[in-house]
Amino acid sequence: MRCPSLEYRAGKYDVVVVGAGHAGCEAGLAAARMGCRTLVLTLNMDNVALMPCNPAVGGPAKGHLVREVDALGGEMGLNTDRTSIQMRLLNTAKGPAVHALRAQADKKLYQMSMKRVLENEPGLDLRQATVERIVIEKGRACGVVTGTGARFDAAAVVVTTGTYLKGRIIIGDLSFPGGPNGQFPSVGLSESLAGAGLKLGRFKTGTPARVNRKSIDFSKMLIQPGDEKLHNFSFVSDITERAQVPCWLTYTTEETHRIIRENLHRAPLYTGAIKSAGPRYCPSIETKIVRFADKPAHQVFIEPEGRNTNEMYVQGMSTSLPEDVQIAMLRTLPGMENVQVMRAGYAIEYDFVYPSQLKLSLETKIVPGLFTAGQINGTSGYEEAAAQGIIAGINAALYVKNREPFILTRSEAYIGVLIDDLVTKELDEPYRMLTSRAEYRLLLRQDNADLRLTEKAYRIGLVTPERYRTFEKKKKFVDEEKERLEKTVVPVTDQIKKALGEMGTAPLPQQGTTLAGLLRRPEIGYEQLRMLFPGQPELPGEVKEQVEIQIKYEGYIKKQMAQVERFQKLEERKLPGDMDYGAIKGLSAEAREKLERVRPASIGQAARIAGVTPADVSVLLIHIEQRRRSRKVKDEE
Amino acid sequence: MYGDTIAAISTPLGEGGIGIVRISGPEAVEIAKKMFRSKRGGWEKAGSRSLIYGHVFDREGEVVDEVLLGYMKAPRTFTGEDVVEFNCHGGIVPLRRTLEIALENGARLAQPGEFSKRAFLNGRIDLAQAESIVDIVRAKTDEALKLAVAQLKGKLSGKIKEMQDNLLGLLAQVEANIDFPEDDLEEAAGVKIISTCEELIREAVNLIRAADAGKIYREGIRTAIIGKPNVGKSSLLNAMLRENRAIVTEVPGTTRDVIEEIVNIRGIPLKIIDTAGLRETEDIVEKIGVEKTMQVVEQADLVLLVLDAGRGLDGEDLSIMNLIGDKKTILLINKVDVEEKKIEEEKVKKLMPECPVLWISATAGKGLNALEEKIAAMVLGGHVSATDAVVVSNARHKQALVKAAGHLSEAVEGTKRGMPVDIVAVDLRAAWEALGEITGSTVTEDLLDRIFEDFCIGK
Repeated sequence: MRCPSLEYRAGKYDVVVVGAGHAGCEAGLAAARMGCRTLVLTLNMDNVALMPCNPAVGGPAKGHLVREVDALGGEMGLNTDRTSIQMRLLNTAKGPAVHALRAQADKKLYQMSMKRVLENEPGLDLRQATVERIVIEKGRACGVVTGTGARFDAAAVVVTTGTYLKGRIIIGDLSFPGGPNGQFPSVGLSESLAGAGLKLGRFKTGTPARVNRKSIDFSKMLIQPGDEKLHNFSFVSDITERAQVPCWLTYTTEETHRIIRENLHRAPLYTGAIKSAGPRYCPSIETKIVRFADKPAHQVFIEPEGRNTNEMYVQGMSTSLPEDVQIAMLRTLPGMENVQVMRAGYAIEYDFVYPSQLKLSLETKIVPGLFTAGQINGTSGYEEAAAQGIIAGINAALYVKNREPFILTRSEAYIGVLIDDLVTKELDEPYRMLTSRAEYRLLLRQDNADLRLTEKAYRIGLVTPERYRTFEKKKKFVDEEKERLEKTVVPVTDQIKKALGEMGTAPLPQQGTTLAGLLRRPEIGYEQLRMLFPGQPELPGEVKEQVEIQIKYEGYIKKQMAQVERFQKLEERKLPGDMDYGAIKGLSAEAREKLERVRPASIGQAARIAGVTPADVSVLLIHIEQRRRSRKVKDEE
Repeated sequence: MYGDTIAAISTPLGEGGIGIVRISGPEAVEIAKKMFRSKRGGWEKAGSRSLIYGHVFDREGEVVDEVLLGYMKAPRTFTGEDVVEFNCHGGIVPLRRTLEIALENGARLAQPGEFSKRAFLNGRIDLAQAESIVDIVRAKTDEALKLAVAQLKGKLSGKIKEMQDNLLGLLAQVEANIDFPEDDLEEAAGVKIISTCEELIREAVNLIRAADAGKIYREGIRTAIIGKPNVGKSSLLNAMLRENRAIVTEVPGTTRDVIEEIVNIRGIPLKIIDTAGLRETEDIVEKIGVEKTMQVVEQADLVLLVLDAGRGLDGEDLSIMNLIGDKKTILLINKVDVEEKKIEEEKVKKLMPECPVLWISATAGKGLNALEEKIAAMVLGGHVSATDAVVVSNARHKQALVKAAGHLSEAVEGTKRGMPVDIVAVDLRAAWEALGEITGSTVTEDLLDRIFEDFCIGK
């Protein structure tokens, strides 16, 4: 609804953030903390930081993102630690590069906690309103107008509307406009963005039913408790104890599959009612049954949504089948024979902005001052949203201050991989972060996010002095301990030799070795060193962990760094922004089209574009070399 | 660079009957029209892949040569551009003249390897194929030719892709397991990593060995025939040449016009060193100087020492033996038909225990087959024969394979030592990238330069 005559000047800000989901919260907090007067607008004040789907944060790659957001001074890690009801460290049987922390959160507490942080952040105003229109004057974004006619002026606008743009809910044969969880969708804004010249696509995602704990027979399921050891996401968390609740594991059965198969004709995915693409890594249960028809049983996790509710989330059964089918299929799971559904599962379709229209700073290429972050860019997941949110918030603030944008590269952070992928590659399904997307996974560990990023964030003013001090202290401990281990020679005594033998590790080498040398062996950890040499200094767990990793995997880490150096060479071969790709002969038609669309900043980025072959890259290399030479000749004349 | 049209002589310079001037680029047809006339006009409309008889004319209208013009229309040509080839008749001078006229009419002289470079850049061939073209051109024996053709056909690329696919499958399992630890996926257990990697290492090592063999087929074995005067060295040479002469090429620029004789032994080109010297010493009864023999032996990969059965071993033979050192040597006792054999095989064997000894008669042609077999066995060591058809005949490829094999070994080592699977994945990925360097699917900055440095002009 647009009523220009009812518009009134409602306020002037540096940065306006549209949407208070996971991206919006990080963006708003970042901008405010960097000194900008910030306004965060939300459709619904009761749903700030809503988790519409899985009440969980983290896992492989996603957990890495949370830690990086925290290392930059963001809020997700701290908020998860405050409100978590279960924490588990995954992939412990594998190397440290892929250890991943995963938390179940109390949904309501998570929201209230985050809302409180926003309300109490100096320089940040939180308001409820539906934004209908982005104001663009002289080609630049300069404010927003809400459904009630309020016009807010701003130097930069960050749009983080998640899955609300022209949202449409689909349950079986029913469909109606709606945002997640029974809310209103956003309509005008979608049209405003399209009107600004942005190209929009349509994606879908789904969520499973919520069921009543009291109607479940847990004796038929496998209990999944949290880890005994205390974990925290944030590097500066002060949580020292946490009461945990368990999750439960059950499986689908042949009967479940039969019901689904018989009702596929009522599944919108197959009736063609949903034409948009859904995430491959998070398929609906009907998709799983069809695609993996031979698999006799699929895992289903029953997860509590909070300490103070009986609602349980059914992970693994995301669906768009009609309600009656949902109930029938849920009742075929062992332990769920009499289950009561409290909320039905549904699919939601929504508009998204093709992220190739963005710069690496997340600013749109065609409208200076307009930034987009989160699921609106075609990603899936709260963590991916938060990562983009903090970057967009930082860059909106830097834009307002007329400073260079803050960009993380693929070799510095998972956030770098995420944004580079979004901006460079084709997006034909919602993007989810995976460790396999990172080429330098061994360098981008969740244990060293602070060592990689906190210094950078400090320099742009986002990290508090307290956090920085904590970081510096940790770094000092790590460096000193590493030196001590490298310099201390292992005494060659019978006692030591015997102890080594008992541990089942090789005897001391001829030329002797240092403590570091022992630690390099896969079978020896800090604990073993302690047993061999009592009287070692007491160090915090994370310091020991960091030291052990850096020493043990030194060889491999060096290998990756050499790979990074080679990668940098291609990244440093810059491509001019005004390059006329149409004039370069020898490029394939597809490459030409993609290059024009993406306008990569470097040869490295160009090589990552789908459809640009090594031959095309060679053509580009030759072309810029020729340009360079002819320019040199011109200069000499 | 792609705006212009290039030209070059595509055949080796020499007194051949036919030579080709090749022109490739957007102006190829225009340039050809300016310099060529045939009875049948409008040849460019006659369609691609036609041969037209006519003449090349210079600017003044004088006939330069009688030619057959070949026209191939883009994009399905060698370079992917319009290509015109003049098949000229008359030897070096008209050939050069034709090229000059093409240049006068707007073509640019091609840089080394530029045609192949364009073919690669236009996606007509991949890197491994591009390099094999050099090898076809330089092939001196049928075997070498077979290998190069096999590579051009993409057999090497096919093999590498197969290896990459296996590696990728393994990597995918490792990665899937990391990203979805709670799903019950099949574990890429250490055992599987070790067995897959060891299999790939075996394949890489085979290809590396083939690289060495391929090198032999490409470049040949420098062979010295030594022995005191009149033992029959030149008879031996003539006997080998009579059966097996491959190519005779003149190497201009030296004071004595040395002729390099290449003998084809089971597909291996043997380059016999200093054959002129061999012949002269037979005519002029001259003592072979120690320096001369040393020089010759120094350059050789293989030494054939000839002894005279009729004269027995003497001090001169012994001093020559001492000059050989540890070069691969075959001892040939010549003149087997002589009545009184004054050489005892046992004694010879004791003097040079590791060298095979054969009895031959160069003039009668006896024992030559055995000699060929022995040479082949010694040189190839029982390795690949060209019928195995997958070949690596190129130093760059070999280097990439050695790198890949190294990474795979490190992966196996790491797994055996107990390194976690995601750490070992670093080596797996590095191996995959090294393989990609061969076909060009892995892009590195200096790749192009390194490859095209090797190309010779006109191809």
